[in-house]
Order: sequence, then C-alpha cells, then structure tokens
Amino acid sequence: MKKEEIIIKKFLMGNEAIAQGCLEAGIDFATGYPGTPSSEIITSLSISNERNVYVEWSVNEKVALENAIGAAWCGLRSICVMKHVGLNVAADPFMSLAYTGVKGGFVIIVTDDPFPHSSQNEQDSRRYAHAAKIPCLDPATPQEAKDMVKYAFELSEKYEIPVMLRPTTRICHARSDIEVEKFQIEDLKPTNQRFVKIPKEKRVGRFFKDRDRWVLVPSNAKILHRELQIKQKKIIEDLNGTPFNKRVKNIKETKIAVVSGGVASCYVKELIPNDIPFFKIGTYPVDIDRLGEFTKNYEKILVIEELDPILEEIVKMSTCSTVLGKYTGDVPFYGELNQNIVYDILIKNGITPVVKYDLKKPVEGLPARPPILCAGCPHRSILYLIEKIFKNGIYTSDIGCYTLSPFSVDTCLCMGASITIGSGISHCDKRDVVATIGDSTFMHTGIPGLINAVYNNANILIVILDNRTTAMTGHQPTAGTGQNIQGESKELSLEKICQACGADFVETVDPFDINLSKKILERAKKEKGVRVIIARHPCYMIERKQNVEKAYYEIDVKRCTKCGDCLDYGCPAIELYDIKPIINDLCTGCGVCSDLCRNGAIRRIK
Amino acid sequence: MSFDLLIVGVGGQGTILASRIIGEACIIEKRHVISAETHGMAQRGGSVENHVRIDGTMGPLIPIGGADMILSLEPLETVRYIHYLKNDGLVISNNVRIVPQKSRVLYPPVEKIIRSKVSKPEQAVICNANAIARKAGNELSSNIVLIGIASRYLPLKEESLIECIKRVVPSKATDVNLKAFDLGRRWKIS
Repeated sequence: MKKEEIIIKKFLMGNEAIAQGCLEAGIDFATGYPGTPSSEIITSLSISNERNVYVEWSVNEKVALENAIGAAWCGLRSICVMKHVGLNVAADPFMSLAYTGVKGGFVIIVTDDPFPHSSQNEQDSRRYAHAAKIPCLDPATPQEAKDMVKYAFELSEKYEIPVMLRPTTRICHARSDIEVEKFQIEDLKPTNQRFVKIPKEKRVGRFFKDRDRWVLVPSNAKILHRELQIKQKKIIEDLNGTPFNKRVKNIKETKIAVVSGGVASCYVKELIPNDIPFFKIGTYPVDIDRLGEFTKNYEKILVIEELDPILEEIVKMSTCSTVLGKYTGDVPFYGELNQNIVYDILIKNGITPVVKYDLKKPVEGLPARPPILCAGCPHRSILYLIEKIFKNGIYTSDIGCYTLSPFSVDTCLCMGASITIGSGISHCDKRDVVATIGDSTFMHTGIPGLINAVYNNANILIVILDNRTTAMTGHQPTAGTGQNIQGESKELSLEKICQACGADFVETVDPFDINLSKKILERAKKEKGVRVIIARHPCYMIERKQNVEKAYYEIDVKRCTKCGDCLDYGCPAIELYDIKPIINDLCTGCGVCSDLCRNGAIRRIK
Repeated sequence: MSFDLLIVGVGGQGTILASRIIGEACIIEKRHVISAETHGMAQRGGSVENHVRIDGTMGPLIPIGGADMILSLEPLETVRYIHYLKNDGLVISNNVRIVPQKSRVLYPPVEKIIRSKVSKPEQAVICNANAIARKAGNELSSNIVLIGIASRYLPLKEESLIECIKRVVPSKATDVNLKAFDLGRRWKIS
C-alpha cells in the first residue's frame, strides 16, 4: 500500500499543539502537576485515544519528574510538565539529571508566565536549563512549539540527555491553525479511507542496570560531569542545524541589528523593516561563535526578549559592539512585551516600524473587576468565620483559589508555605496563627510542614480547605478524592494522614454548616499546639455536575434592616439594588447568607 | 495584514466560545489565525479579553490602537478596552450591565463614553443582546447574537460561521444558537 502524507489543520491551543506533537512523536509516558499556563498539556494527553499513553497527575513536581525519569531510564519516550515555579520544587532531580542522562527521549516542559497572569513571580526557566546544562527550546508560536517538541525527543535520544521545552503564556494559551500530520492510505475507496496518524503500539520499557551511570556517588559524578561537558559542543552543532534559529542577512549596510527570541521575536518581526538585520534565537545553549559572526558587523545590537536578559548576556559575550537591552534601560526588566512596547523600543533606537498604530490612551478611573471567589464557594464561609473568631489573628495562606478571598489571607509565598511560615511565626508572635491550605496543596508540600510543626511544638491551627479538587487550574483530581486522571483510585484520608503526622486535634466540618463550623473553630481556639480542621465541601463547579437539588433564597424586604452583613460576606450572588440587597441569578443555594443574617430576612423559597 | 478582533466581557459570559467560533471559521476557509485567551486567575468573574487575529501568523496580541473590531458582552468592559480600537474601527457592544462587586467607583455612563470615543456614530453598534437572545430562546446566547451582528462586517463567510456554531456549541443548544445568530444578523441598527 502506498502512503501519502497529507497535512490537515486544526484550531489548537498551544498546549494542545504540544500534546499533539508528543503523540506524533510516539510518546509513552507523561506526568505533571497542574499549574497555569501548563495544565492543558496533560489533560489533552489523557483524553486522547490516539495512542495508549500512561498519564498521571502526580502529587507534586518533584514526584512527577522522578516518576517520568523512571520511565525514561526504562527507554520510554516520556514528558514531565509543570509551570515555572513547579521547577523550583523539582529542582533537586532536575539539577543532577543531565549527569546520568536518559535512555528514552525525555522532554521536560516548563511554562513561564511573564507579567505573571497566574503566578507569584516572573522567574525565567532558561536560567535553570543553563544551570543544569540541559538544552532548552524556546518557541515563538504554537506551531513552532509543536515542531520543537517532536525534535526534542530526537535530540534527547541522540545525546541521551533530557531536553527542556519552555513555552510562555502567550504560546500555551494562544490558539492557532496547527498542522496535524496524517498518513492517508491511498488504495482504499474514498468512502472508507483510513488515516494512520499516530503509532498505536507502545514501546516496552525495561530498566538495564548500570551502576556507573545510575548511581550518582561522587566517584561517578566526577566522570559523568566531564562527559556531559563534552556533549555540549555536539549538542550546539545539532541545534545549529534546526530551523528554530533564523538569521536574516542585511541587505544594506546598517549600524544596528536586532536579536530576539520567544514570542517577542514575533512582535519584532511584525514591526521591523526588511533591511534591518535580525537574528531570531530559539535554542539554548547558543553558539556564541556563530552569533559573533553576525554581531561583529554592527555598531549596535538591540536585544528584545521577555523575562531575564539571558540573550542579552550571551550577545555581550559574542561581541565588543554596544549591546542595548534591559541593562541599558531600553527594554523593560519586568512584565510581558507587546507590539506597542516593541514599537516604542524600535523608535527610540532609530528604527522606523513598518506598521503604525493609532495613538490611544485607556479610559481612566473605571471600576475594577478583579477575579473573585465564585458564588457558592465553600472556601468563603470558612475563611469568613476564621476572621470573625480569630480576631487579631495572623492568617498564613497558600496557593489556590482561596488567595482571591478578602478574608483570612495575610501571606501567600509558595506551595505549602502556609503551614511552615505559620509555624515559624508561632515561635515569634504571641497572637493566634491560622494557616489555610487547599487539599491539593496539602498533598503537594503541606505534609512535611505539618510533621515539622508537630515535631517542633509549633502553636498553630491548620485549616485544610478540602474542596475535593484542584480548582484554580481547571479541576484536576487530587489524591484525597478516590479519583486519578485515569479513573478510580485509592481514596487517601486527610484525617488519617494528619493523625499519622502527629496532630492530636483533628476535626472535620462542612463549611456550609455555619453553627458547627463556629463551634469547632472556637474549640480549636481554646487549645494549644498543632490543631487541624478539615473543612470539607466540594467546589460548586464539581457539585453542579452531580445534579444536587438546588435551593432558592430571597431577601424579605420587610425584615431586612439594611445592616449590610450579607453584602460584607462578599458573595457575588448578593448585590445592592437601589439601596436594598437582592439575591441574583448567580445564587447556588448554599444558604450561608441565610444563616448569617441576624434578622432572619433571607429565606429559602423552594 | 490581519483583521484584528478583540472579544471582551466578564468571565463566564462566553468570550472564549465566541473566539473559538471565529477561529474555527478561519480553519474552514483555510486561512491563518492566531488568538490569545484568558485562563486561570482571570476567569473567576473577572474582566476577560480574547484577541483573535484573522489571517494572523505572528504574535497573538492585538496592539493598542490596532483593533479592527471590538466585540463586547458587557458595556463597562467595552470602555475598559476601547483604546485598542483603530481610528476607523468598529465597536459592537452589549448594553446589559454587570456591576462589579464592592467597587467604590460608580458605574460610569458607559454608552456616552463609548460614543465619545469613536469619530463617526456608525462606528458604535450598541444593543441589548440579552433581549435578542431571549427572543431566540435563551439569554445565554447573547454572545452568538453579537457574532450574528458582527458577521455583517467580518471578513468571513456567513456559512462558515453557521457551520462553526453547529460544531462548537453543545448539540441540544444548536437551534437556539442558530436562531440567535440569525436574529443578530438581521437586527436593525438604529
């Protein structure tokens, strides 16, 4: 049978395009921990029935990376997906992995978040790749991200080294027309044409013992580090042969050239005239000699990139010419770029953009519309009560939807830090400390903090906000729910875990049961030491799908004294209409406001 | 050059669905398209912007002062993003307000501001898309009503958009949404 390759296009999100690239490359094994903007890669793989791939949501990024390393050491094509701050958690295995290398193609996908749309910082994962001596591919478009991931598996297998793919938010969450590879078998009649897209059969993994390689004791590490360093040169040569680094030669003699990478290179390409020399860099480590052949021709090199001035530093190493960028104040050090910012950078440096935008200023003084906790969110009631009962307390919090709460959030640094920072504070400050942490975050990095708090006699109340899901990132299952990404799994008990970690006070309550929640919080307040309350109620987004019968409420205008308590509760289903509060369509029927109203004015109607 | 369409609204109003319909229509017509979506934190009832660049091959973001059209599901959000509009661009906006919670700033006279920000009156099409959607059978289809109005000006064929609505919306809502599209397309601009 004759095979003809045809290209079909689909409207895919960058993350879906990356997953599609993995499938086309014949991936076997995928792990990750959810985090915006990376989450859709694992989700797409899990719902694809095009190839039999093992997929798991691991409990944290370190665990995810090590599981995927296991598969890659067995010779399987594997990926591990996380957001940039997740790499901090996985940094321990990441930093040593290049020494041992891998057998099966292994791609670590780390998504960066300039401007932080949904993150606590703007760190640049290219720095990590450099530190770990791992090659890094930096896509400029969703299509390029897909092309790169396929190449990454080949590069990884060729040099037995892990490869990092580092897309940013504007790649992950962009949607574009993406080429999807299909092989059409021609001989069949048009009516029953078959498409053979992706190899269906799975490789069989097998671990081969090799003490000199897989056991990183100092005697082996010394040798492996030397070998890793020797590999680097060959890898750079290989990267030079890819279409991901594009050099546009100068047509006329100019004094200035532009170097850029990632999505910023698209903004530059859209704006600069054809006669300005331009080098788009998409792979690391960069070939400094090759770059030097380009940069030496110009008096000034303008480097335009997002996040850290990494390209800029490399350009400086390649040339004695003047390098303009973040260090010279020409390009902002923070936030994300866009055409307007790049437009101004070009103008300032004497380059006239080919496109002109109409000058406009935003309308000022508008009411803000920040994201808020949903109507019927179980976090709201318990966080509200904590602040009422622990007046003057210190509320350390964590990463999750609950940071959107106006109540009971004094700190948020990184995953799991609520319990640990809270214990630290409890050793210094006499006030009550209440740490709040979600169920997924508790499983992620909360547990060691709890053990430490008990072990070192901290004086802290820990409230686990168990909404039975990882809500913020799109409702991925957690280890406490009896579900994993593939279906049923063992349900781990938060109560038993907390007891096993040494907490003597462990209570569970439904946060919509206001009276009981108050009582338990008050009891916890009277006690000393490490106390745990598990506030358990499913996220409304989950409950909605379970067809739970909904209750309806209204405010009795005769009883309402306009005290404003219900409005202070901050539920978006209660709004002020003229001068009276009313309940709007967003109401989910949780009934908390009815219990909070001291005048009994909020009543259930059906 | 791409035709740059900015779709804005409040999280949960269906801006992502609207941009997906436009994007799929580009695929049907074998055209390039690149768009940017708001996910994560920004979804929880917050202000949401979706950039769609029809025939776009470069970055997904529409520059300020570069949008050919703004399609808005909520009038305050129209005002928030109106500086993205080109001097000769078109605004199609719902006029049904969603008042932000607990804001100390009063809800501004949005229609007046929108009209003051365009040079010719015909550049601002403001309607009650919820009311039109109710006529079609469901208020939630106001996003499709606006696509129907926009279809008269978009560089895409009517039949491609209709085909995409059939593909993208859940099958039980197809009839209501096709009606919403049709009512929008035939809606008389006063």
